[in-house]
Parts: sequence; structure tokens; C-alpha cells
Amino acid sequence: MSRLGTTFERLRQDNEKGLVTFITAGDPSIAATVPALTRLAEAGADILELGIPFTDPEAEGPPIQRSSERALMNGMTLRKTCEQVALFRQHNATTPVVLMGYFNPILALGVDRFAELACESGVDGMIIVNLPPEEASELRNALEPRGIDLVLLIAPTSPLERIEILSTSSNGFLYYVSIKGITGADHLDVTDVERKVASIKRITDLPVAVGFGIKTPESAAAVAKVADAVVVGSALVDILGSDQELEKSLAEMQSLTSAFKQSIRAC
Amino acid sequence: MFQRREGDNELPDGTGRFGPYGGRFVAETLMSALDELTQVYQDALDDPTFEEEFKSDLQRYVGRPSPLYEAKRFAAAVGNARIFLKREDLNHTGAHKINNTIGQALLAERMGKRRIIAETGAGQHGVATATVAARLGAECTVYMGATDIERQKPNVYRMKMLGAHVQAVNSGSKTLKDAMNEAMRDWVTNIDTTHYIIGSVAGPHPYPAMVRDFQAVIGEECRVQCLDQIGRLPDVLIACVGGGSNAMGLFYAFLSDINVKMVGVEAGGEGMDTMRHAAPLNGGTTGVLHGANTYLMADENGLILDTHSISAGLDYPGVGPEHAYLKDTGRVTYDTVTDDEALQAFRILSKTEGIVPALESSHALAQAAKASQSSDVEDIIVVNLSGRGDKDLETVAGIDGVTL
Repeated sequence: MSRLGTTFERLRQDNEKGLVTFITAGDPSIAATVPALTRLAEAGADILELGIPFTDPEAEGPPIQRSSERALMNGMTLRKTCEQVALFRQHNATTPVVLMGYFNPILALGVDRFAELACESGVDGMIIVNLPPEEASELRNALEPRGIDLVLLIAPTSPLERIEILSTSSNGFLYYVSIKGITGADHLDVTDVERKVASIKRITDLPVAVGFGIKTPESAAAVAKVADAVVVGSALVDILGSDQELEKSLAEMQSLTSAFKQSIRAC
Repeated sequence: MFQRREGDNELPDGTGRFGPYGGRFVAETLMSALDELTQVYQDALDDPTFEEEFKSDLQRYVGRPSPLYEAKRFAAAVGNARIFLKREDLNHTGAHKINNTIGQALLAERMGKRRIIAETGAGQHGVATATVAARLGAECTVYMGATDIERQKPNVYRMKMLGAHVQAVNSGSKTLKDAMNEAMRDWVTNIDTTHYIIGSVAGPHPYPAMVRDFQAVIGEECRVQCLDQIGRLPDVLIACVGGGSNAMGLFYAFLSDINVKMVGVEAGGEGMDTMRHAAPLNGGTTGVLHGANTYLMADENGLILDTHSISAGLDYPGVGPEHAYLKDTGRVTYDTVTDDEALQAFRILSKTEGIVPALESSHALAQAAKASQSSDVEDIIVVNLSGRGDKDLETVAGIDGVTL
């Protein structure tokens, strides 16, 4: 079974909700990426989402935009992102890593070459924000034989018939975008999320992770009541981007991650 | 109007593809809105009252048809050929952009969307959007890069006069591409109430086809005017290409006229041997940006490069997917003109014809000047004079060392 499959199976058996953390590769420095991933896993992150920085992140709010800009200033690229995953795998062979980004860096490297590189580096899944299922077949065909899951997003605006298509096309898990908006936005409506996730769960057996706009352990707990996993990103990258010593940022990030995990564990 | 050409040229296909280009590379949140827009647009095409409303607005509000004018003194100053100008600068709001915003405003009304957003570079599309929003009584926000706000001040103030909110964009290169990112972020956030009027033949399906169809009136009129005024079709059509809406608008009606050559002119900036240009078809690579697969200015890691052009409206790293297709098929030739060449054409047209052209359109004029030098006296060149240059006076004055 894949690392993602094993992780969701373990969570299910322990009757536990999963925590997915997002940081951007190369932020605040390239050297900080592996320590940050390691500390997140130690603090209770079940799945590590790692952003591939891009110049034009259309779906991101200011925190992740700034995070992307910092990483690009450090010379971060898709290739180097994979290198960091490979380095992380020398320390950690179990925690799944899902890369999240935009399609153009993958096209520039070559879809097949990328899939090979991701496989060699120990990547478990991919989320490509601007790649709906209609455009995804080339990438899926390259990832599937290498055991890498292409995770699709469901939006609050996705009608039922699209949710059906997305559910059958997604691998590993489904990512429900909890708001109409960008990452880190302020208008999370937990009741609405509950209703939508319940309707998705009626259609599919795939685990559902919920993200976008979840900023506090309290809102994470509320969302975790209906979801299999909760994604936290902007709150963490803001800490990494703060103007303080790296060790202090990592410690702060680690304690927030623990708090998130505590709040959702038994939901 | 709205008559699709027959045969092989009927593109895009059902998935929004022009050969390998185009498509719909957007966040899932936008997919249902794009489906809705495609449907509403298709229904409108089949509805005779839509065509009547659109034509009536173009005639009585925009002032169409725009004249086809023979620029004899300009032609004599630059070369041998006869040069005709399609006077889109005489449209209400001073550019071709209004043709598209009139059409999309009618669609927004049909969708019941009471809020309009747009991106703008030179401000011409922003002004054209603010104009139709004022007329609809709709709320309007225009996203504009901070750099462009600085170099196109008159248009910024015009938008404000029209009741629009101009939102400065400070991310990335602070130009048109960043304004488009920010408009897309607004759209996903306000998708239920808001229609996004993209200003060029760019973006996800159905925008490239829809904007082209609204702009196709330029070429349809021009073709008739050529036959009426000259008695034959022209030898060459020339238009500038940023995203490429004025060029697609002029070219589309002539695509089947195989003896009519077409040249799209990209911004060569400080020269194609420098990295300071905005010419993806001439110096770029293919990839995905802003919802479509097309030619782009990107580095070997797939990161989008900063572009440069003296003209804010051409300062964009992508290009409409249909242009990418027409380049590959060879039906249209794409060339470049530098900042300096465009500026020279700007000055010559102003002095010889009493017409101050937009810096964007000046690229097409400079290309016509170059082409005319190797032409015969009977050759006929039509240039799309896509906009007027009032907005650029401050930029040109600055180059001349004059503060207005």
C-alpha cells in the first residue's frame, strides 16, 4: 500500500482525524526545508504538503504568495523541491509528502521526466491547482504507473455531477476547498462545509481532506468533525516568514502544529 | 456578425482547443462559472435579439462602423505602399476594447451578475469596462499593476470618474499579468455575484473564442470597406499583439482569403537580443498561464519572466491561444518592433496625419513602415489603429524630458 493509503488506514483504525500541513519548499531558506518537514512530522502532521513555488500563484492569498516569493528569491525550483523531498526521505520513510503547485513548472521539465524524478525522490502525491480533471490525463498517466496519487480538488461551486467525476478521477484522497476564495481567506462557514462534505461522502469512499481558510485549532476541530483530515497552510507559512531566527520560527511552527493535531485528534 | 467560418477553420473545438493550444487550466472553483458563461454565450449566439442589441449598441453607443482611412502623407513619408488605417481609435472610449466589453456586459446582464471586474494594462480595457459598468449601473473593480498606474495616469482618473474602483496590484512585476492574477483571485472569491470581463483573446475557454467573436466586427467591416473603397482586398493586414484581441478582431474575417497576408506585431522592447521584451511568439516557449496553453515568456524552470515594453498594453508574458495556433500553421506571420521604432512611428503619424496613435498601435504602424519600404506602389497595407494615444502623452513627454 502507498504511504498515503497506509496513513489513512492507520487514522481510520485509530479513529483519528488527520492533519495535513502546508509549507513552501525553499521558504524561508532552502536549508530550512528538511528541518521544517521533520519538525512538522514530529509535531503530529500526518501528511506533509510541500508547495512548489511559482511566480503566478492564482489561487493563493497573500501569506502563500509571499511565501512563494521568498522561496523564488532563494532560487527554489521544481527540481530542487524534489531534491529536498529526497533528502527528507533519508530521515523519514513513512510520512507521505504531497507536492502542491501550478502546472507550468511541470510542463517545462516535461511531464514524464517530472513523474520519474518525483518517484525517485519519494513523492507520494500531487495537487495541481490549475489542472482540472479535463486537462489532467497526461499527468495522471505519467504518475499512476509510478505509484504517485493525483489528488483532485472539489470546490464549493462544484455541482453534483462534477463531484462524481472528481471522485472517480482522484487518487489517494479528495481535497475539499472549504471556501469560495483563495488560501488564507477569512470567511470560513463551518456549517456550509459540514453540509458539503457530507454530500461528498455519500458519493465516495475516498478520504476527504478539507482546506483553505482554516486558521485556528478551534475551526480545525469544527471541520474535523465531518472530514477525514484538515489542511493548515497560511498560518504556518506566516510563522516561517516572520522576521525572527529560524530556530524560533521552527519551534513556534511546531507548537502550533501540535495544537492543531491535539484539537482534531479525537473529533 | 457571429457567422462562423465554414470548414476546417472552425475553432476552437468543444474543449476550447485551437490545435494543442487553449483549454481550461483553472482552479476547480471557476469551472462551473466557465461552464455557465459558455452556455449563456452559446444561447446568446442563437438568439437574434442578442445580436440586435449588440449591433445597436455598437452603432449608437460606440459609433460604429469605424472609418477605413487612407493615410497618404504617412504612407509617402515611410515607403511605397498605400497604407489604410482601420480607425478603432475613433470608437467611444478611444480603442477597440469597447467592442468586447459591450458584448460581455450584455452577457453579465443575462446572467444576473451585478458586479463586474477586469484587469487592465494600459487602462484602455479598464476604461471600456468601467464605461459599460456605469451604463449597467453595476459595481466595478478594475485591477491594475502599480507600475501601470504610474505610467497611465489619465486612464486611472477616467476610470474613477466613471465610478469604478481601481485596485493597485503590488505583487510580482506590478504589471498586466499580476493584475490578471489578482482579478482571478477576486473572481473565485465573489463568483456568485461577479462577472470577470477578460480584455483579450486570452484566458480559459470560452474567453479566447468569445472575445474574438465580439472583436470580429473590426475585420467584417474592414473587408466590406476595402471592397467598397478600394475595389479589392488588401495585400497585407498588420496589427499589434499583446494578448492579441485587436489582431484577432481584424484577422478573423480574412482567414479564408488566402491571398491576404497577415502580420501580428509583438513588443520587441529594447531588442530581441536583450531579455527586455514582451514577444512570446518570437522569443518564448509554450506552457500554461492564466487558464490556457499557449506561448509564454518563461525560464527553463517554467517560471514566468518579467517582460518589458514601452507600451503597457503589450507588456504581457502570454498571448491568446489562437495566435499560437495561427503561428504554428503559418497562416499569420509574427514579427517584432522595438520601443524606439514604435516611438518613431508614433511621432511620424502624429505629424503627417494629425492622428496621435496609442503606443500599442504604433508597433503596427512601425511594422507597416518597414514593410512598405520593400513594397510596390500598388500594394495595399491595412493597419489596425487600435487606440488613440492621449493616454501615452505623459510617457512620450517623459522621454522628451518634458514634465506635463
